[in-house]
Amino acid sequence: MIEFDRVTVHYPEAAEPALREVDLTVGEGELCLVVGRTGAGKSTLLGAINGLVPHFTGGHLHGEVRVGGVSTASRPPREFAHLVGRVGQDPLAGFVTDTVEDELAYTMEQLGVRPEVMRKRVEETLDLLGIAELRRRPLRTLSGGQQQRVAIGAVLTAHPAVLVLDEPTSALDPTAAEDVLAAITRLVHDLGVTVVAAEHRMERVVQYADRLVHLPGDGSVLVGSPSEVLDVSSVAPPVVELGRLAGWRPLPLSVRDARRRAAGLRERLRDQPRPVRGRAPVGADDQPRLVARRVVVRYARLPAVREVSVELAPGAVVALMGRNGSGKSSLLWALQGSGPRQGGTVSVDGTDPKEVGAAEARALVGLVPQTPGDLLYLETVAEECEQADRESEAPEGTCRRLLDRLTPGIPPDLHPRDLSEGQRLSLVLAVQLTAAPAVVLLDEPTRGLDYHAKANFGALVRELASEGRAVLLATHDVEFVAGVSDRVVVLAEGEVVADGPTAEVVVASPAFAPQVAKVLSPQPWLTVSEVRDALAGAEARV
Amino acid sequence: MTSRFPERGRLPRTLHPGAWWLWALGLATAASRTTNPVLLVLIIAVAGLVVARRRGDAPWALAFRLYLLLGAFIVFSRVLFRVVFGGGQGDHILFTLPEIPLPAWAAGIRLFGPVAVEQLLGGLYDGLRLATMVVCIGAANALANPKRLLKAVPGALYQVGSAVVVALSVAPQLVESVLRVRRARRLRGGRQRGMRALRGIVIPVLADAMDRSLALAAAMDSRGYGRVGTLSPRARLVTGVLVLGGLVGVCVGVYGLMDGSAPRQLGLPMLLAGTAVAAAGLLWGGRQVRRSVHRPDRWRLGEVLVVCCGIGSGGLLYLTSQVDAANLYPSLNPLAWPELALLPSLAVLVGVLPAWLAPPPELSSPPAGGWDERRPASSGVPARVGGSAEGTAGLTAAGAEPVVPAHRTGGGGDGEPPGPPSRAQERTTP
Repeated sequence: MIEFDRVTVHYPEAAEPALREVDLTVGEGELCLVVGRTGAGKSTLLGAINGLVPHFTGGHLHGEVRVGGVSTASRPPREFAHLVGRVGQDPLAGFVTDTVEDELAYTMEQLGVRPEVMRKRVEETLDLLGIAELRRRPLRTLSGGQQQRVAIGAVLTAHPAVLVLDEPTSALDPTAAEDVLAAITRLVHDLGVTVVAAEHRMERVVQYADRLVHLPGDGSVLVGSPSEVLDVSSVAPPVVELGRLAGWRPLPLSVRDARRRAAGLRERLRDQPRPVRGRAPVGADDQPRLVARRVVVRYARLPAVREVSVELAPGAVVALMGRNGSGKSSLLWALQGSGPRQGGTVSVDGTDPKEVGAAEARALVGLVPQTPGDLLYLETVAEECEQADRESEAPEGTCRRLLDRLTPGIPPDLHPRDLSEGQRLSLVLAVQLTAAPAVVLLDEPTRGLDYHAKANFGALVRELASEGRAVLLATHDVEFVAGVSDRVVVLAEGEVVADGPTAEVVVASPAFAPQVAKVLSPQPWLTVSEVRDALAGAEARV
Repeated sequence: MTSRFPERGRLPRTLHPGAWWLWALGLATAASRTTNPVLLVLIIAVAGLVVARRRGDAPWALAFRLYLLLGAFIVFSRVLFRVVFGGGQGDHILFTLPEIPLPAWAAGIRLFGPVAVEQLLGGLYDGLRLATMVVCIGAANALANPKRLLKAVPGALYQVGSAVVVALSVAPQLVESVLRVRRARRLRGGRQRGMRALRGIVIPVLADAMDRSLALAAAMDSRGYGRVGTLSPRARLVTGVLVLGGLVGVCVGVYGLMDGSAPRQLGLPMLLAGTAVAAAGLLWGGRQVRRSVHRPDRWRLGEVLVVCCGIGSGGLLYLTSQVDAANLYPSLNPLAWPELALLPSLAVLVGVLPAWLAPPPELSSPPAGGWDERRPASSGVPARVGGSAEGTAGLTAAGAEPVVPAHRTGGGGDGEPPGPPSRAQERTTP
């Protein structure tokens, strides 16, 4: 269906080609997963399938890409609309119309499909993706998972042979991600659609993939069956890491595969000391740094947070989980003092951050919002750092020193928009830490980070906590939570439905349990590194 | 009268936006033909009633109140204007304000001074007429989805129409962006003032808008926008000249029709000629564009009736003005009470009929006790629409179990993502 014939893509401003001599053939009805670190060329590969690279993005493409026998060099991307459906990273940004039904019809209108056929296909697609009840809803009022399904439906109505998905589940909570994946697998299995998807959160998708395309980062690609490729891949989901550790061959891809082989491992781990979770109290006077009582946030008539009470102890990392729209962000903004708060009290070392000015609030509680780029507005990293020093009246160079500690080696003359997601996150965190807040709030920090960046960031969060700060992070990323947090608070409909040590809350929940916990339950291991340490300990004792 | 159109014709549906616009223009024409305050208030009441009975629940439908406020503002400012630059014609002086003397070169302009009843009433009648016309346009805006109207534009203007639709959806996104960035600015302390603070907001917002437009352009390109229907430059020129020339003709014609003092031949004939030229241009350009429309609005009985009521209302009042104009322009000198004659009031009342004749609107949100939004989407058996089952053997799996149902029913606070509180809201609520 899709053929890459010695494809090399070179962007004008880049020294190295993004793709080098790529040969790749994707057959009909395959689900092909593209993995690799940030910046390895995943988006370039996906964009080349319908000719957006190089027609839209610029750059040079040597070699040939053919879809259904048609070369992308011969015509512009719009002439591939009936062959290739493409859904971008942010579905909302790609919507042209404003209601679900109009959006589903848009591609067909461009193709000149007859109205009767159009009507029928819209109904079929609504059913196929389980979004029939949303048909008249404005697109902006949909939740993330619904938007993603509408975006897939909107390209599907043209009956394309190929579906290209860029990070289809990255921004979604675990349950919404499962809805979207269920829809995708149904397309592959029942309709024979060829799907090419890129995804950072491999643990969600890899088990459904027929083929894995791994981009190691030097422009080459490695293609093969998932277990072959993962054996050598630089990125791998926890279940595969566990398989590598335990020496299982072929590598397990799903929790089910791993669990069926894990009896021996559970046996070896049974008598090992349980992993120590939860920080030991930092000092004798272990007073919570932030105390919030019965916090209420509402927008117009809609309550977002209903009487939530939280305490953040120094040195502890607390994860705030819950589905999209459950009030996580609203709670974070209310705790920081910049967002609305209609009831309740917040006290940081005796001061309410809402009562004092913005500059003082920032010295009490630092918040890194969901789109960290909003905080940056100067031309270079160096200027941002100097500005941060001035804003918080810190000695010159404070911000830069913090940044170098978080992520060393970011060139000072780089434009903040040219940074990678992970680097930008570090820069914003450094800017916020310049004010030396006792409490740090992070809203969806791991969005767009690959496994390495995530691991680095996890270590960084632990370091912040070990300095005596209290950290609260809102996230969907169960694997990250398992590795980093001491305590988990689960929100639903603005209320706290669970609050306790990570292991207790997470292991009991089917949606929020990390893969290692699912494989090794009822034993309370959450991450591969815990298992590795335990096994090492066992060997040392023998 | 409604009994002749029983429930069969009254299924809720969206009326063709053009029908509402023609109806509203008819009412506006009627309003332009009179300064009789009783008639004008009657027209506003007619428009208000029809809007109240036949508007949907979409955001633009709720904007009618804004047009009423705008109308009130117009009346108020007209009257105020007369008080300030009074001129003091009229015998019935109500009160006298101290006059501000002006230099000799401003002779003929007077500030304040005596305020006469005639003068105030003149302002009131004039303002009310303009306000009524504005309210009529507001009614059309509330009743017809502006975007659907753009959808109904002829094929030749399709590219322009798309650009307008995209621009319309960009505006709320920009507002959202500004709110988000302003909030983020507070996180950095927000100490700066003036230009620096402005820059701190403008740059991230512009960068955001740029990213979004690029994403949208890529999406539109890969979804086939501009694939068929690009006109050749020559065709575009001819179409443009014809359409623009025709529209100028239409404008002149409307002016002639609405302004009673304009020469007769400037009215209807010019309007018709302009319409014909514009239509020819659009048809000629549209022939070369092949594109289909999903669920096109069709002209049916309801549309015809609504248009007839609007045009009838305007036409009848136009006729009245030819027969007996005294009634339509209540005399200010000598001062007289406005009178209400039978024919003009009947003419206006014809315009209210769509409140019953038009089909009820479709509502986007479910009626109370309607569907349950939080029902797991993939577990219910989807409703089949008649005739869509054949040829879709592969699609019948839509009702089957989802592939990964294992965690669907679990506890721990997970479940179907809720409908209304969206991600966008969570991120950007002010």
